[in-house]
Amino acid sequence: MSSTAADAHGHHGHESHGFVAWCMRWITTTNHKDIGTLYLLFSLAMLFVGGAMALYVRAELAVPGIQFQNPHFFNQMTTVHALIMVFGMIMPAFAGFANWLIPLMIGAPDMALPRLNNWSFWLLPFAAALLVMTLFFDGGGPAGGWTLYPPLVLQTGDALPFVIFAVHLLGMSSIMAAINIIVTIMNLRAPGMTLLRMPLFVWTWLITAYLLLLAMPVLAGGVTMLLTDRFFGTSFFEAAGGGDPVLFQHIFWFFGHPEVYIIILPAFGIISEVIPTFARKPLFGYASMVYATASIAFLSLVVWAHHMFTVGMPLGGQLFFMLTTMIIAVPTGVKVFNWTATLWKGSLSFETPMLFALAFLFLFTLGGFSGLMLAIVPADIQYHDSYFVVAHFHYVLVTGALFGAFAGAYYWLPKMTGHMYDERLAKWHFWLTTISVNVTFFPQHFLGLAGMPRRIPDYATQFADFNLISSLGAFTMGISQLLFVYVIVKCIRGGPRATAKVWDEPRGLEWTVPSPAPHHTFETPPVVK
Amino acid sequence: MRKILSAIGAACMASAVLWAAPALADFELNMPQGVTTMSRDIYSLHMQILIVCAVIAAGVYSAMIYAIVRFRKSKGATPAKFSHSTMAEIIWTVIPCIILIAMAVPAARTLVRLEDTRDSELTLKITGYQWQWHYDYIDQGVAFFSMLDRESNATRQPDSGLDPFEVENYLLEVNNHVVVPVDTKVRLLVTAADVLHAWWMPDFGVKKDAIPGFVNETWFEATETGVFRGQCAELCGMDHGFMPIVVEVVSREDFAAWLLRMGATGPAFTEREPADQEMRTASNE
Repeated sequence: MSSTAADAHGHHGHESHGFVAWCMRWITTTNHKDIGTLYLLFSLAMLFVGGAMALYVRAELAVPGIQFQNPHFFNQMTTVHALIMVFGMIMPAFAGFANWLIPLMIGAPDMALPRLNNWSFWLLPFAAALLVMTLFFDGGGPAGGWTLYPPLVLQTGDALPFVIFAVHLLGMSSIMAAINIIVTIMNLRAPGMTLLRMPLFVWTWLITAYLLLLAMPVLAGGVTMLLTDRFFGTSFFEAAGGGDPVLFQHIFWFFGHPEVYIIILPAFGIISEVIPTFARKPLFGYASMVYATASIAFLSLVVWAHHMFTVGMPLGGQLFFMLTTMIIAVPTGVKVFNWTATLWKGSLSFETPMLFALAFLFLFTLGGFSGLMLAIVPADIQYHDSYFVVAHFHYVLVTGALFGAFAGAYYWLPKMTGHMYDERLAKWHFWLTTISVNVTFFPQHFLGLAGMPRRIPDYATQFADFNLISSLGAFTMGISQLLFVYVIVKCIRGGPRATAKVWDEPRGLEWTVPSPAPHHTFETPPVVK
Repeated sequence: MRKILSAIGAACMASAVLWAAPALADFELNMPQGVTTMSRDIYSLHMQILIVCAVIAAGVYSAMIYAIVRFRKSKGATPAKFSHSTMAEIIWTVIPCIILIAMAVPAARTLVRLEDTRDSELTLKITGYQWQWHYDYIDQGVAFFSMLDRESNATRQPDSGLDPFEVENYLLEVNNHVVVPVDTKVRLLVTAADVLHAWWMPDFGVKKDAIPGFVNETWFEATETGVFRGQCAELCGMDHGFMPIVVEVVSREDFAAWLLRMGATGPAFTEREPADQEMRTASNE
């Protein structure tokens, strides 16, 4: 990635030297590849920040009893871990891929709104810093869970307005990125690149961007209402003043459910690029993939209350949210079947991006099954807020979204750096991660079914064995990610030269430009036949 | 490649076995069957979905594994050219729809029963506090707080030097047990005084959010006597992990006697509909 940067120097005429000049180049850059790189590096850094917090949680939970700090600190760690991983790690990772690849895939010279692009990235480090900083405040950071449910969240100390402001900044960043992506895709496609010829990664991002536009303002409104409840005497969520704490849950999940698809859809896109390349066969059912993605996105807007089946909703409401949630299994199933059909009668090879894509296929499907189980209201009464839920969403977010990002990273790294990564080490990274992630999260299904609630710092002794196994898995997984960093650094610094195509027969315009991709590409649009 | 293949195979086998394991094992791996009519309904619903999911998973995963084993470039596989099949796509859209409908019907039926709180003989109001529960037998005038017992509380302090494994029912014991009669429909009114809590008793199949300013309603009817343990399920602050729930299910006679000891001012049971009159036992005297 930095070798791209070095090339850029030559092209760009930023000949002034020194550290300040180097900083200014990155701070003021409006180039989609630079900004994509910044997003990806930021996301990688946040993987370790959020991961360290997860490891604190798993260390505390390794054996019964309180091991380290008081439970209040434990609650801060679970809360900030989730906020960092969702807003600081996984969303920026996909925004990074979007920046790098959407212009390359549609044959555009850059994103449509380059300065906005710069701003939407540079809000992120400040928002994340603001969020993490609150851990050192009087009363500590947010400790009411990433869902920020009132009234508990209103008991937060001095941190509350800072957390809310951080969420606003993160939301602004996402909204601007979404606008940019929509405008780019709608206006800058090369001649002949009709909508139904776009690579699936572009399609999933287009749909994701619309979801962001619909969902983020709702979250911003919700947290602003928290702010006025706390500081300006309103009672949106205070029963004594005529409000309702459950109203916040409806607002939050009206954002929160589309949010989980905002996280997973770009991963679907990456998987749909990777599998055909290594199966050496076109993606099966392209059109139905697009329609399935669109239906998932639409359904994601009308299922939010399945996160709240125990709050005491009317029977009709519970039935509605159960049925709509179950329907999501149909388009999701279509996607899984299409990926499997893409493998069918292909000519498969197993480079690291493909390994991650196949692991995604198996493990995301597993998370989908537990999701279907969670949709069944009477059963959900037992599963809700137990470790079963923790296992479920880590299967879809880690072995789903994060594995999608890993697959994308290995798939496009040679295109970004111009070097092949070390395949042997990358495979080590894959196997260590895949095994340890299952050791970490699979036993949590059992813990939840046996009755262990989530978000507790200490537990009854019958839960001890599975918790220890889970913690051992978590530490293995955490340490394995250092290998990922090493592979990336090694690949940036050198390695066998990558050809323009990198892989055997990849499809897509990004493989028609040299590796590493020059700082400016498609200044004259290619013609897509 | 061979190694990878066998590793994938082993991993899949392992996860298939693990996934199927709950069907064979009891309590430790799976949801408890519980001791109420509803918890058994929920359990059987849970098993039905689990089995349906396991069967579908077996099918889908076998197809994936077969493709991974069979169509390898290293074995000289040449890629086919096809990229869609309308028939296949219709089949794998329609069949899941049918399976889902088959799953939704029993689920909806159970849900309707779950929501029917009519004809209860006893009403218990539960209020969540940071960090204890308050129980109020509203027709009998008996009320008390219930919080984590001293031994667990001492052990769970940081640097207590005490071993949780030495404590009986570590974190699942309280100072005052809730007592309810067996074979009696008990209506729960759940609310909270400060922040959200949730009253979860896995053996009863009951979990209901406690929301300040609002009263939620649910019910259970235990069919076995014994002592049952649960916990608060909604994050409620620092000591969320330390507000357990212990319910003792006793015979109707013992329940009436317990109420008297607690200084009850009203009858132990509320009148049911006339049709149920002869069902009631002498414990009302």
